[in-house]
Amino acid sequence: MDILRFITAGNVDDGKSTLIGRLLYDSKSILIDQIEAIEKASKFKDNGVLDLALITDGLRAEREQGITIDVAYKYFSTPKRKFIIADAPGHIQYTRNMITGASNSQLIILLVDARTGITEQTKRHTFIASLLKIPKIVVAVNKLDLVNFDESIYKSIENEFKELNKKLNLNEVTFIPISALNGDNIVDASENMSWYKGPTLLDFLETVNIQENENLEASRLPIQYIIRPQTTELHDYRGYAGKITSGIFKKGDKIKIYPSEIEATISSIEVNLKEVDEAFAPQSAVIQLNKDIDISRGDLIVNLDKQPKFTNELEVQVCWMHQKALQIGSKYLIQNQTNRVKAVVKSIEYLVDINTFEKQFETSEVQLNQIAKIKLKTATPIAYDIFSELQAQGGIIFIDETSNVTVGAGILD
Amino acid sequence: MDTKYKLDYLDQLESESIHIFREVAGQFERPALLFSGGKDSITLVHLALKAFKPGKFPFPLIHIDTGHNFPEVIKYRDALAEQIGEKLIVRKVEDTIKRQGLKEQNGKFASRNALQTYTLLETIEEFELDCCIGGARRDEEKARAKERIFSVRDDFGQWDPKLQRPELWNLYNGKINKGENVRAFPISNWTELDIWNYIKREKIELPSIYFTHNREVIHIQNQLLATNEFVKIEADDKITFENVRYRTVGDMTCTAAVASEAHSIDDIINEISASKTSERGETRIDDRISEAAMEDRKKLGYF
Repeated sequence: MDILRFITAGNVDDGKSTLIGRLLYDSKSILIDQIEAIEKASKFKDNGVLDLALITDGLRAEREQGITIDVAYKYFSTPKRKFIIADAPGHIQYTRNMITGASNSQLIILLVDARTGITEQTKRHTFIASLLKIPKIVVAVNKLDLVNFDESIYKSIENEFKELNKKLNLNEVTFIPISALNGDNIVDASENMSWYKGPTLLDFLETVNIQENENLEASRLPIQYIIRPQTTELHDYRGYAGKITSGIFKKGDKIKIYPSEIEATISSIEVNLKEVDEAFAPQSAVIQLNKDIDISRGDLIVNLDKQPKFTNELEVQVCWMHQKALQIGSKYLIQNQTNRVKAVVKSIEYLVDINTFEKQFETSEVQLNQIAKIKLKTATPIAYDIFSELQAQGGIIFIDETSNVTVGAGILD
Repeated sequence: MDTKYKLDYLDQLESESIHIFREVAGQFERPALLFSGGKDSITLVHLALKAFKPGKFPFPLIHIDTGHNFPEVIKYRDALAEQIGEKLIVRKVEDTIKRQGLKEQNGKFASRNALQTYTLLETIEEFELDCCIGGARRDEEKARAKERIFSVRDDFGQWDPKLQRPELWNLYNGKINKGENVRAFPISNWTELDIWNYIKREKIELPSIYFTHNREVIHIQNQLLATNEFVKIEADDKITFENVRYRTVGDMTCTAAVASEAHSIDDIINEISASKTSERGETRIDDRISEAAMEDRKKLGYF
């Protein structure tokens, strides 16, 4: 069995939490005591109807305000697949939390209210989906019950989205008309929309292929930790431990280590304490080499056939996540897998207007929730891959050196 | 793509957890693994072995002992530490109560659950811990569903759910200021059933109370609580002997048993798959206090 990690994006008013509640409820993943708790809470609300949204809103402030502030992770499974849902906030001021949830998702469900159609928020979320290269997109047009299950309304939203997508080129977009409140096309096919012949949402989630994004040509092992038992019988043991982010490593393979650019041969590979002939992404492994080299945390082991880029001048698409704006000359610590280096902002090329997707030139800073293209210079060269080619090696975070807070996320071009 | 290079879901979860363990080891000076003797922290120890063998753990195990533990669990704890040859530190809530003059709860089911936080914070100070690894899972409870893998706590151990750091991809930022500490949760993405399937696959040994046994219990609001020296028994209490097991392991004062005939891991997996209640809902009296009981405790420094 495999796991599908997906994110739901949309406003609370789009019925996002209700949709998740419905998926869990109809797939029988909510348990009695949880339903009892929701029933108890629903009684205090205006209409007394079982409020499925209460399943996902976990914090007191969220329940009080009826909004989602931070990502909540929910788990359910069907006989076909296990699912991890990142239920993300829609409001612009919580965009950074939405990005947190989106970064580990293989699929995004963009909820659109059939009555209002595509909004600024849909555009923003779609843009983030394209930026983070989420492989699969589902546009779930919700609340069709409130527009008399009218096919023409659904079709016009589909066309509007396709028009929008011409500027973004998201590869795989699937449209599904639903009513989360009543369960139409969520788990069971809707009797109210006989004009729709496609899969229900759950059908789609259970069968969508999610294995396409792997890259077997480039082998990458970022070093996390060095295992040195220093006992008499294992006196010379030096194991380089990390999680393989891409490709395959085989015993006997020639490899190169960055940043030292020294070459060596793999003398042993261990996975789960057992010696193996090969290890592959996303396994956690321990590698030993045929010679004693100075390797430390933050170094990167790669195969010789497909080398990473290695430079101290980076072009980055940045999502800014902090009140204190990014400016030309600002210095940060950037983290690319296990490697951290100091970096300075050399220039801000342009901001992206997330409503029109147009570029705005001549800007001196990047504010909270803005997306921009910038150039960075790092203190020492870093070995990385372009995000569009190898996501795991092409993402960075920005850390403020005085507060230690994560202030931004970047995609390396 | 070649199916040879695909991982089963348990392997995926396992690798993710090992990665988190090694990030803790790589990023912190003085981490510790908080060990309670429950199935989740036992799974943590098993994953830590996979992350660091043949080396030693780069952290000790720490048990915050409320004094209300099941004796079977304490026995298991000591045997495990001995077997794996790692350091175990025990700090007792009893001592904190004396030292700080804390007031214990009164009443029938006086619990030390809330007082545990004081001992934990004392222990963090004593050893200047910068990171505590815990076995919390996001499927357990709705406040936990919101927490990051690396959760930064302030000087007072408090969690501020509104100020969580963005956490992208598998890039964890464990940089903190003096006085702050991080709670790291390697099995965040595991469900209760995942844990049991993993225990089965890896043949991990567990304390005996997870399996069915005959025990004297008090019936309280549809829950079964073991009779023990910490619970005051009154004349009208209904007390019987039942075949029970524990679905979670916590204090004897606030952890309920479930009626069960499950002798093996397979029996347990069948039982949980068919269960209509969540594990905390079924067995934790402490979570039922209010809608936000866990959130409130976390804000005060609890796990």
